[in-house]
Amino acid sequence: MAHGTLPLLYTFHFYLFGLIAIVSAILFVTRRSPVAAALWLVNTMFSLAALYVLLDAQFIGAIQVLVYAGAIMVVFLFVIMLLNLGRAEATTDVRGLGWKLIGGAVALGLIAQLFALTRSKTALALTLPQGYAAQQVAQTGAVAPIAGPLFNEYLLAFEGDEHSLARRRRRRGVAGKTARR
Amino acid sequence: MLAEALFFSAVLFTIGVFGVLIRRNAIIVFMCVELMLNAVNLTFVAFAQAYGAAGQVFVFFVMTVAAAEAAVGLAIIIALFRHRQTVNLQNINLLKG
Repeated sequence: MAHGTLPLLYTFHFYLFGLIAIVSAILFVTRRSPVAAALWLVNTMFSLAALYVLLDAQFIGAIQVLVYAGAIMVVFLFVIMLLNLGRAEATTDVRGLGWKLIGGAVALGLIAQLFALTRSKTALALTLPQGYAAQQVAQTGAVAPIAGPLFNEYLLAFEGDEHSLARRRRRRGVAGKTARR
Repeated sequence: MLAEALFFSAVLFTIGVFGVLIRRNAIIVFMCVELMLNAVNLTFVAFAQAYGAAGQVFVFFVMTVAAAEAAVGLAIIIALFRHRQTVNLQNINLLKG
């Protein structure tokens, strides 16, 4: 997404999707029914995908929708329905006031630390020129900037990942067979 | 947009931590962990725009690990449910002695 064209619209959408993500995340944490919580989390993931597109990572945005919202959250919903937990329980599972205070204190401390970190300056030599990522996407497409390092510098890690995923798929197949027996 | 993205990411991560601390439902705690992973992914993508595309490669790896982790973690939750008939973390106190 080009910064130069319509910068106001760009900024507006950036804030819009960020706010949607945060509000959905808050609703996700506070819902009692697991299914409602899962659907709010899906909403958060969709708006995060929109943020990725706005940050010149179109491929990651597509993968976010396909893998996170499409595959991982569906596995979560499967498990919720398999265990019959779809309805909110009679007693709430939110912890008491003491835990809420501890959680709030930890959250405040954490967010203060994270904000302090965002204030730190990085060396100018490391920073790419403004609009470099968008230029790269315009020249080589959205996939090539990721595929290049993935199959050169990070090839070993990629193969390891692939191996673990294949193993998981095999295990799942075996588990399904034993359950059916 | 780097500062804004880092702001949203920090807030999302904090909401995830808060959820892990205040909820007792194991599945919702697990989903809060996924939310934290997503917040970190947003940081990676924002930094990838400013410092080079290697950050996006890391998002790729985080997603793979998250998918594998969801499969294993949910299998553990199913096993736990068959054992205890509940996913409420308060009732799972085997290690308390």
